[in-house]
Amino acid sequence: MSEESAVSEAMSTGEAESQLVIDIRGATKVFNPGRSNQVEALAEIDLAVEPGEFITLIGPSGCGKSTLLRLIASLIPPSSGSVQVNAKPAEQARLDRDYGMAFQTAGLFDWRSVTKNIELPLELMGWSKGDRRRRAAEMLELVKLSEFAKHHPSELSGGMQQRVAIARALAFSPSLLLMDEPFGALDEMTREHMQDELLRIWKETETTVVFVTHSIPEAVYLSTRVVVMSPRPGTIASTISVDLGDRSAATRDDPAFFKKVTEVRIALREVEG
Amino acid sequence: MNTLKGFSAPIVTGVVLFGLWEGVLTLLNPQGFVLPAPSEIVGALIDNWDEVYQGARITGFVVGSGLIAGIILGILAALLVTRFRTANETITPLAVAVNAIPIIALAPIFNNWFGLTSPRSNQAIVVALVFFPIFINTTRGLTQVDRSQIELMESYAASRSRITREVRIPNAMPFFFTALKLATSLAVIAAIVAEYFGGRQDALGPMITQSAGLTRYDEAWAAVLAGTAIGAVLYFAVIVLERVAMPWHSLIRAQEGET
Repeated sequence: MSEESAVSEAMSTGEAESQLVIDIRGATKVFNPGRSNQVEALAEIDLAVEPGEFITLIGPSGCGKSTLLRLIASLIPPSSGSVQVNAKPAEQARLDRDYGMAFQTAGLFDWRSVTKNIELPLELMGWSKGDRRRRAAEMLELVKLSEFAKHHPSELSGGMQQRVAIARALAFSPSLLLMDEPFGALDEMTREHMQDELLRIWKETETTVVFVTHSIPEAVYLSTRVVVMSPRPGTIASTISVDLGDRSAATRDDPAFFKKVTEVRIALREVEG
Repeated sequence: MNTLKGFSAPIVTGVVLFGLWEGVLTLLNPQGFVLPAPSEIVGALIDNWDEVYQGARITGFVVGSGLIAGIILGILAALLVTRFRTANETITPLAVAVNAIPIIALAPIFNNWFGLTSPRSNQAIVVALVFFPIFINTTRGLTQVDRSQIELMESYAASRSRITREVRIPNAMPFFFTALKLATSLAVIAAIVAEYFGGRQDALGPMITQSAGLTRYDEAWAAVLAGTAIGAVLYFAVIVLERVAMPWHSLIRAQEGET
């Protein structure tokens, strides 16, 4: 049954021929199985993501949205079911470095300069020094931090650090970007600015994005599809397509934007109900 | 410039303190065994320079070699328990238990093991005393890593040893240096106290007990001064090493408004 629904979802969101970036079928996750502190984090998740989509995962605390992101990243294995990324097992996709990742804490290395932080994944992939330098410079231009190339992370503001983390995640041009509440710790103004930056980068690089957030307006503003999750155990309660065209400052005041925000809010209220 | 400014205040304070010390003793003129004046201590140091210098060399060697061995063992043990769970489960509780022993109290027993006049027993005390803070703090630094930094490295399919090199070791550096500063002063104390009980008789420890026993307090103080010099030199060396090893760290401290 789950297989069928996954396939039908995939067909309904795009051409059946195009290769899915993410294909999750019947994935579950149980932490500490068989022990007294057993937790059923995810139950029967089906999710199909097309190339170029911007998916946000939203839901109350404990709904397993970060766990789902980690299944896609193959940082943890599913207890059952399958997780495929770029038509191969997620584990293989991780080993092939098919995705870039950013976290709530920027997770920059204090002991590396901004440039060296961005170069880190490239070093691990064995790029030559010249290529690394060039790419890091390009990425810094993309996130508009070129003048901070030689600075250390501790000298940057929270928003700037997060931009460096995004530059690092994108440095090796992965087809998929996984983001776990990357703007959660930022103030509102910086946050909105970062959202616009991310959308610009998303458009320029034609990356597929899976983005975990707590914020309803953030989810609606960023995504092509909002995936609403319900807790205990984590399941996908509903999927809401968002079609607001090119985002701009005006989008935030657009009645269509508020309508979608309300729609997501109602969906969330139902799962928390 | 800032370094100069940083030094001037303690130097002025020190000069004033020694001036007061000298002045109060001259005025009140108590008997020499209470407290010799700084001038007397310096006089004793000059008069007995060869002996004090020889003692400082011997004690310095005990401190230095014990410190280096303790650091190496501490770091190796920390890497081992971080890498292997079984090592962690066996070594860590053992280390905590052994650490509860007042190690300096073992000095007479170590003399029995290594020979009464051998500096080996003193070195062993220093090694044991240095080992624990280095081991415990370095382990903490290697394990208390930002979770997302580890996940990030795993997302790049980085090997375990690569994660240790790129994340755990740099993360452990401030922890290690904090422990090292503690260990240097501990090492000097350990060496001199251990020498009270045995080891080479021309070291600083016996010089202090013997001078004091003969009521030559100015000479005892001269030997203490030499011990202080060893501690100060080591501490300063650690600070320099810290700056060289972690140039990014002074940036963080500057950011946090520390001096």
